[in-house]
Amino acid sequence: MAEFTMPSLGADMDEGTLLEWCVSPGDTVRRGDIMAVVDTSKAAVEVESFRDGVVDTLLVEPGTCVAVGAPMATLTEPDDTAPPAPSPAGSPKPRTVDPLPPEEHPRPAPPVRHLAHELGVDLATITGSGPGGRVTRDDVVQAGRPAAQPEPTRAAPAGGTRITPYARRLAAELGVDLVGITAPADGVVRAADVRSAAGVRRSQAPSEAPGPSKAATERHARMRATIASVMTRSAREIPHYHLTWTVDLHAVHDAMTRRNRDLPVDRRLVPAAYLLRATALAAAEVPGLNGFWSEGRLDQQSTVHLGIAVSLRGGGLVAPAIHDAATLTTDQLMSALRDVVERARRGRLRDAELRDPTITVTNLGDLGAESVHGVIYPPQVALVGFGRIVERPWAVDGLIGVRPVTTMTLAADHRATDGFVGSRFLAAIDHHLQRPEDL
Amino acid sequence: MTRPSAAVRHRMDLLRTMMLIRRFEETCAELYSAGRIRGFLHLYVGEEAVAAGVLPTIEAEDAVVSTYREHGHALARGVPLESLFAEMFGRVTGCSRGRGGSMHLFDAGTRFMGGNAIVGGGIALAVGLALADRLQGRRRVTVCFLGEGAVAEGAFHESLNLAALWHLPVLLCCENNGYAMGTALATEHAQTDLALRASSYGVAAWPVDGMDVLAVEEAAHRAVESIRGGGGPHFLELRTYRYRAHSMYDPERYRDKAEVAQWKERDPIRLLTETLQAAGQLRQEDLDALGREIDEAIAAAVAAAEEAPLEPVDDLTHFVVSERRS
Amino acid sequence: MSKPIETTYREALREALREALRKDERVFLMGEDVGRYGGCFAVSLGLLEEFGPERVRDTPLSELAFVGAGIGAALGGMRPVVEIMTVNFSLLALDPIVNTAAALLHMSGGQFAVPIVIRMTTGAGRQLAAQHSHSLEGWYAHIPGLRVLAPATLEDARGMLWSALEDPDPVLLFEHSSLYGTSGTLPAGAGAVDIDHAAVRRPGTDVTLVTYGGTLSTTLAAADRLAEDGVDAEVVDLRTLRPLDQDTVLDSVRRTHRAVVIDEGWRSGSLSAEVSARITENAFFDLDAPVERVCTTETPIPYARHLELAALPSPEAVANAALRTMGKTDG
Repeated sequence: MAEFTMPSLGADMDEGTLLEWCVSPGDTVRRGDIMAVVDTSKAAVEVESFRDGVVDTLLVEPGTCVAVGAPMATLTEPDDTAPPAPSPAGSPKPRTVDPLPPEEHPRPAPPVRHLAHELGVDLATITGSGPGGRVTRDDVVQAGRPAAQPEPTRAAPAGGTRITPYARRLAAELGVDLVGITAPADGVVRAADVRSAAGVRRSQAPSEAPGPSKAATERHARMRATIASVMTRSAREIPHYHLTWTVDLHAVHDAMTRRNRDLPVDRRLVPAAYLLRATALAAAEVPGLNGFWSEGRLDQQSTVHLGIAVSLRGGGLVAPAIHDAATLTTDQLMSALRDVVERARRGRLRDAELRDPTITVTNLGDLGAESVHGVIYPPQVALVGFGRIVERPWAVDGLIGVRPVTTMTLAADHRATDGFVGSRFLAAIDHHLQRPEDL
Repeated sequence: MTRPSAAVRHRMDLLRTMMLIRRFEETCAELYSAGRIRGFLHLYVGEEAVAAGVLPTIEAEDAVVSTYREHGHALARGVPLESLFAEMFGRVTGCSRGRGGSMHLFDAGTRFMGGNAIVGGGIALAVGLALADRLQGRRRVTVCFLGEGAVAEGAFHESLNLAALWHLPVLLCCENNGYAMGTALATEHAQTDLALRASSYGVAAWPVDGMDVLAVEEAAHRAVESIRGGGGPHFLELRTYRYRAHSMYDPERYRDKAEVAQWKERDPIRLLTETLQAAGQLRQEDLDALGREIDEAIAAAVAAAEEAPLEPVDDLTHFVVSERRS
Repeated sequence: MSKPIETTYREALREALREALRKDERVFLMGEDVGRYGGCFAVSLGLLEEFGPERVRDTPLSELAFVGAGIGAALGGMRPVVEIMTVNFSLLALDPIVNTAAALLHMSGGQFAVPIVIRMTTGAGRQLAAQHSHSLEGWYAHIPGLRVLAPATLEDARGMLWSALEDPDPVLLFEHSSLYGTSGTLPAGAGAVDIDHAAVRRPGTDVTLVTYGGTLSTTLAAADRLAEDGVDAEVVDLRTLRPLDQDTVLDSVRRTHRAVVIDEGWRSGSLSAEVSARITENAFFDLDAPVERVCTTETPIPYARHLELAALPSPEAVANAALRTMGKTDG
């Protein structure tokens, strides 16, 4: 017994309506004979039999809408030995168009269920306002909202400001509390604002510049507050260890004097250039001191961006980077140093300079103390200090002489390195400073 | 009965090809109605003489470019039955890995350069293949099938002009079945003598009785020889008829049944069968045996294609571009 | 060692064609007026005399047919360089490009690759009005199966063609009309270049300016302006519009945290939208400002000079967009 089914009459047809039968039970039909007329959405179409046979039963009444593939009639196959009509192996799987099984309460969509969970709302207690009684997002929000309270929002800094994605990430990394930041005029807190809030170090004694402006005073106060925050965090989170090394600078002094004879005044070198150069080289040579502590490990940096602590008139401190310091010559470092100090004091530093230091040097200069035991600026892992250059008695080849010396210190993060490595680092700096002609 | 002559055997081959095409198409109709072939399906029933008559006149190294009504051309060219059914079922063993379907059958092994769903889309391609042959000094011919509807497309005119200008070895076989989907010839062309129109580009062009496979073969043979001998592009207007709708079950409001019945009087399979029987070269039992053999081959191919695997979804983005070295 | 040569963009293209025609006998050039006329932009001047009419082949005004024939010739074993005079006329050949060249390999299940190179002139700025001023590179960059290139420098004009010919799949080369006369020096041994990567044309630290083709010079001019204001811009030349080298762009944006995309196409649904989307998708948490775009005003290009200039991207508009990303107001 074979079946005559509703044919697919086009790519977009799921069902058709039987308009009339063209055969009756008992009729003999041959392949290609018209069995019925079917109404598709486009037109009335005659449909053929693909089999030879005798019509047995008509299963569907005219006027009925039938899914594609559903049986409409049965045929008995002929008994003779004529070649059987080629039939596709297996019977066609009827394609029925099932309407969605009706549900009492259609399940809410996953984001809605998630929201309910977040807000602590029991879905079972909510009457849904969506189609079929489905619980919608609004239903959940309403249910989760205590009467007469504003929509819960994420904790935002004062004044409803917006914060860029990068600024938010940076604030987290630097430990800056976003609530404390005042947004600029356009209401957007950017990385530069976070950096200004964080980009300071321990301050010097406040300068005595007369009558700062109100804006300057406010800026100063903000800066101090941020310094306080960062220094506190550093002291709290970073296990510091400290090492000291006294450096004989007479070779540097001689080399510098010789060099400066050939240079115009505005390009003459100061000892700091050699100190920075030696530090940069050593930072590139000795692993463990050039990089960032992040997520429980040292993110070693191959490039040395040397932070230079610069005191600002009116108080405050910034420590911008000289990029790629290990690749610069002493002359280049000198001009970079001059440039960055000048721009730091004018407030014309670039974000990259404030953001990028991988290790910082603080050089107290001619009027400073003999040595400095500093506080590392997170997320860096080292701070190198140079004290005032002083003339001191010095033992050379068993004899007493007088040499210009400076006390060099290292404050380092004990999570990243230990004294052994720190010593090697200071030794490397000293090594370079004894060979200034190679710098 | 003595062994049939080569000529008679050849005519039996023509008959076999036409019967294969017809039964293939009817099988496809049934499979489509059962929902196992999807998308569009454009059947060649009634036009078998054109494919069966043209394809034997070219060599294996020649190329064939076709249209979306291409099953007959593919079969006559020798693309294997099973790879065609597998392609219809969307299986990875199909000639186009299941990616093309009915309208995009490709087979590099037989230089079958595809169907095309854009009317006229293959003509410029065929001209380019012929250009390559010319530039590389090969004596090959490119056969391009097109419908009479394509003669209305700019592509036809630009391409034929280019082929004539550069004297390229391309044979355009225009299957004029009277209707471009639902548009009758006279409502589409201001000048319905298509061979005349083609000849205005300076190419050899003439009409052929597309229901008579022997006439088709003779005309194609003459054209191919001329092209291979340096005669430039040729255009054959093959006057034929499709019994079925443009694609599966279009309402066919554009023509009446009497016209279909009239064309069926000159059914190509019946014409050749009667010719052979009248000459005593074909017995009924041979005809029946031929029919059975074809049915069995088709059934076997369908069964095999049913079992064929699908292309893994992870391979979807393969062959967007060629695999690069390195 | 040979000295560097003084040359122009068009001469560099010509040299690239010459080299290709010499090195590979399968290569031939086909298009309107490429032979006797020497090319609408004089790119193929002299090539007909050197290589003959079979290999430098003038065609009738039949974009659809000769692009389709180019595809067929590529299938038949040749390496055609098809020149469509401008992208504006390529619309007549959209069908073979999109429906055959781009789709054939995938549609045939990997059997038929189409090694065709199609060169087109593109862009506005010469008061040629609406129908002759399109920048539709973004449209083509939308189509899987096509590789789309935009040489903006002399090196790329000289070197992209050979690499395109070596690609087994269809390659579209867009030459901005404003570039043909630009001059400069090329190393004597200049040759094939990479066609997979973008290039940083000007390194910088404050903001990333992403562009391609004809607007590279506009963008570099904007970078100079920004430098005077103390803003250090990094300029990225996309070079390959499909497939996009997003790694280079993202690496830059992750360093600068700000991005401006400059595109001579119209803003809506353009390539700049794609680049912007990719930056947002992949570098959202590195962004210190929304991604800005500087595109052509949404009108057909007008004839009057002042209107055309106002419609097209300018260095000033680019610089202002960059300043906006830094939180600084315009001007």
